[in-house]
Amino acid sequence: MGFWNVTLSLIGGLKYTCLIFALTLVLALPLGLVIAFGSMSKFKPLSYLIKTFVWIIRGVPLMLQVIIFFYVPGFLFGQPILTRFASVIAAFVINYACYFSEIYRGGIESISKGQYEAGQVLGMTKLQIFFKIILMQVVKRILPPIANEVITLVKDTALARVVMIVEIIQAAQNFAAYGLMWPLFYTAIFYLAFVGILTLLFGHIEKKFNYYKA
Amino acid sequence: MSVLNVNNIKKNFGKVEVLKGISFSLEKGEVISIIGSSGSGKTTLLRCLNFLETPDKGTITVDGKVIFDADNKKKMSDAEIRENRLNFGLVFQSFNLFPQYTVLKNLTLARELMEKNKKDGLSKQQITDEALELLERVGLADKKDSYPCQLSGGQQQRVAIARALSMKPAILCFDEPTSALDPELTGEVLKVIKELKESNTTMIIVTHEMGFAKNVSDKVIFMADGIIEEVGTPEEVFDNPKSEKTKHFFSKSFENI
Ligand SMILES: Nc1ncnc2c1ncn2[C@@H]1O[C@H](COP(=O)(O)OP(=O)(O)O)[C@@H](O)[C@H]1O
Ligand SMILES: [Mg+2]
Repeated sequence: MGFWNVTLSLIGGLKYTCLIFALTLVLALPLGLVIAFGSMSKFKPLSYLIKTFVWIIRGVPLMLQVIIFFYVPGFLFGQPILTRFASVIAAFVINYACYFSEIYRGGIESISKGQYEAGQVLGMTKLQIFFKIILMQVVKRILPPIANEVITLVKDTALARVVMIVEIIQAAQNFAAYGLMWPLFYTAIFYLAFVGILTLLFGHIEKKFNYYKA
Repeated sequence: MSVLNVNNIKKNFGKVEVLKGISFSLEKGEVISIIGSSGSGKTTLLRCLNFLETPDKGTITVDGKVIFDADNKKKMSDAEIRENRLNFGLVFQSFNLFPQYTVLKNLTLARELMEKNKKDGLSKQQITDEALELLERVGLADKKDSYPCQLSGGQQQRVAIARALSMKPAILCFDEPTSALDPELTGEVLKVIKELKESNTTMIIVTHEMGFAKNVSDKVIFMADGIIEEVGTPEEVFDNPKSEKTKHFFSKSFENI
């Protein structure tokens, strides 16, 4: 079992790691905004419903949510509804959307009322005010906490193993059956590189917003 | 005909009656100062005129056209409200410039969005030229490419005044425009307002700068507990106040000097 064999297997696992990561982000970032608007809704029943939902999702371990999405439909309907991979994506998207929604909400609520009112007295519509004035200020404020969540997501992808998705950790663990432990430690290099790239990327984006203070 | 007629405006917040029937009128080119202790309802009155609050009673008439009538319950559409509120401009105590945009863009943003929706709206270039002219008027033409965070408070407030003027309001309202400023910066803002007065801009100014109010106003309104306690020329109100409350307010205002 040579170094290159192990590396190739780990890269095979890394494909799933990346796929879970990318799909979760692409779906959870916009879904989070919808949840954020729901939780800020003036229609109280909706906002309480959404807040309770967010509390449950954030209060239960993500690993358990993955297990629930995969096994519970099987118990209830006699057969699984989602494939292993789909249940991982569903659990991750919903979980991360809830975390993102709280970051969005905090960001939106941190913008002073005066910014909205300044737009209003200049005759702007609600949509114009949100997209032309508020949104960019929110993005600037939420970039650091979003970067944090995104980096956590990289490592959370390892939880997909509980439903036998062979992501990078599981790929390394398969070698342990042959008495090889070092591939497991080797995975750290891949994670560090992944997170390193993201850190640089977010640093770059944050710098783009540094031209003004607010 | 008066440019503005405010008739019996009342406003409650919950059970608290903040405006208890405010009526006054304003002629074109006239400047009214509103003075009064804090909590007397001055800000609420300006916010009602700018449709940031909806009065519970009363009417607001601009140039003979009723733009708000609390009794005529037909709901105004958002578009109508936006059109009506553009009769007024509002300069906030805390400037509220848009931090992510340059000074110039702060002036052109709303105007460009509005002109885009008109059939023969102004071109971007025309809007920019007008904005530059306004910046010239407030003495900040050289700051057009700066961001608000790079300006002093006095400069920010001058930009905010130019921004309000960019929508060509019939009546420009100020809510304590110098209260958030260091004392040495109030002068430059008051000077701009004074120049606006000289070019016949119709204005309503809520202020605690008594000397300035006396100097720049055609009429002074003293508000107390949600009503107009006294109204008159600056000489009448400042030099010969009739109401006990007005006298008391002045004695408090000047006792620290
Ligand atoms: N949005 C609001 N909700 C409840 N009370 C308010 C609100 N805005 C103002 N008030 C109250 O109305 C009164 C008048 O406030 P304001 O118009 O700001 O007075 P002024 O500008 O003269 O200091 C104050 O007692 C204030 O607490
Ligand atoms: Mg006030």
